[in-house]
Amino acid sequence: MSADAKGLKRGGIAVVGAAESDLGQVAPNTTPIDLMAQATMRALDEAGLRVSDIDAVLSSATQARYAPSALCEYLRIKPKYFDGTMIGGSSFMSHLSHAHAAIQAGVCEVALICYGSTQRSVSRALASPREYNPFETPYRPFLPASAYAMAAARHMHQYGTTREQLAEVAVAARQWALKNPKAWEKEPLTIEQVLNARMVSYPFTVRDCCLVVDGGGAIILTSAARAKTLKKKPVYVLGVGESLGHLTISNMPDFTVTAAAQSGPQAFQMAGLKPSDVDMLSLYDAFTINPILFLEDLGFCPKGEGGRFVSGGAIAPGGRLPVNTSGGGLSYCHPGMYGLLVMIEAIRQVRGECGERQVKDCDIALAHGNGGVLSTQCTVIFGSENAL
Amino acid sequence: MDLMKQSPLGTWLEHCRKGELAYQVCTDDNSAVFYPRAFAPKTGSENLEWRVSKGLGTVYTTTVVYYKGEAPLNVAMIDLDEGFRMMSRVEGIDAMQVKIGMRVKVKMHPGDEKQPPYPVFTPVEGGK
Repeated sequence: MSADAKGLKRGGIAVVGAAESDLGQVAPNTTPIDLMAQATMRALDEAGLRVSDIDAVLSSATQARYAPSALCEYLRIKPKYFDGTMIGGSSFMSHLSHAHAAIQAGVCEVALICYGSTQRSVSRALASPREYNPFETPYRPFLPASAYAMAAARHMHQYGTTREQLAEVAVAARQWALKNPKAWEKEPLTIEQVLNARMVSYPFTVRDCCLVVDGGGAIILTSAARAKTLKKKPVYVLGVGESLGHLTISNMPDFTVTAAAQSGPQAFQMAGLKPSDVDMLSLYDAFTINPILFLEDLGFCPKGEGGRFVSGGAIAPGGRLPVNTSGGGLSYCHPGMYGLLVMIEAIRQVRGECGERQVKDCDIALAHGNGGVLSTQCTVIFGSENAL
Repeated sequence: MDLMKQSPLGTWLEHCRKGELAYQVCTDDNSAVFYPRAFAPKTGSENLEWRVSKGLGTVYTTTVVYYKGEAPLNVAMIDLDEGFRMMSRVEGIDAMQVKIGMRVKVKMHPGDEKQPPYPVFTPVEGGK
């Protein structure tokens, strides 16, 4: 059994419940904590566990500064372990890594990771107000889009990546979304439609940008030993990696290389696997440049080749590598911090319960989370019993 | 830096009011430091000296923001010749004509009641 630098044991913990809350646009005055609780009850139901079984709560949300406290108050949980790590959309992969350590150390036994947002209902400005930065705010970048747009522009300049290649990512996501009944987007999308949509922050049109919807999710983790006794077939955590790059886009050293270049190798090393072993990828696609950068940084293609790699429907249904089979943040759901849902799709693929979009013989799935403005990158590799 | 008497940001803003783009150099290794700090990155050294940039730089990357009902707005990252990078915008040309690699020169935007003066850039005439 291999272990990472922190001593985490490959396959030491497993997912026994994973569920979304209601997604899209929820009823007026629904709170983010209502959605967290709803997803939690659904995830518990999958596992055959009760609220009283939860002894660790890990959460963060832009609308709940003290997210673990909020959920624990709501469901009256007295956790032995809690963690409110807030590093943006990759927080939940980080939570999983921390839960892994806590369960392995015997600090807790059943860990809940949860999230909720009503950003569509209350507006992004209210759900996620931006902090003032004296070195950025005066220039009025449309954040986060403009930060990613500048990374895309640099990638285009340096490697010849084209707007059409960016659009391929959006079109592939849409094709997958049409196979997912829970996806927000229901209509087909073409490259021309992406290119000709309303420009937001060059080179991005609105179709290069993720959705703004309400939603949440929950994942229940426990030790591999206990997981075997529960209702749902366990999905094992084979590898995790976390890497903190920067906070502000002004301080990203190279706009074409993300900290996924560290988190990916960490996760692969712990898992004892390499990119070619992975059956599907769930990559945080806040913008169309993201999967291109992450495919490169995680080792699925050489640096600079991401644009060409995704061309010709390569990551769409029927392509050479299934990426973002849920439809992703671009076409399925993006409730502000999307990392938890990124993991849920990977978990479901390993369980084999994805219906029309199911990847055949999916034993190993990689979920990659992105936080902030390409700031904090976290990678989790999930596996079935066959992968142990 | 005695934080009871002065602050890194406060000092930088004073330079802006004088029309100067200031940055710091860590005299331990002569590295440029930006944004301004009380302690140097990596070492925590307090050996930070203020310098005034010549204001010449190169566009590292660029975008154009389309706010509803407004003219397209340039936002760019500028690599200053002294070895630091900052967010800014390039003025005086069409926002979409700002190109990566373009040579630019600083000018101080006057700001307004709410916003102190802040550095923006214009293309260097005949610059490459």
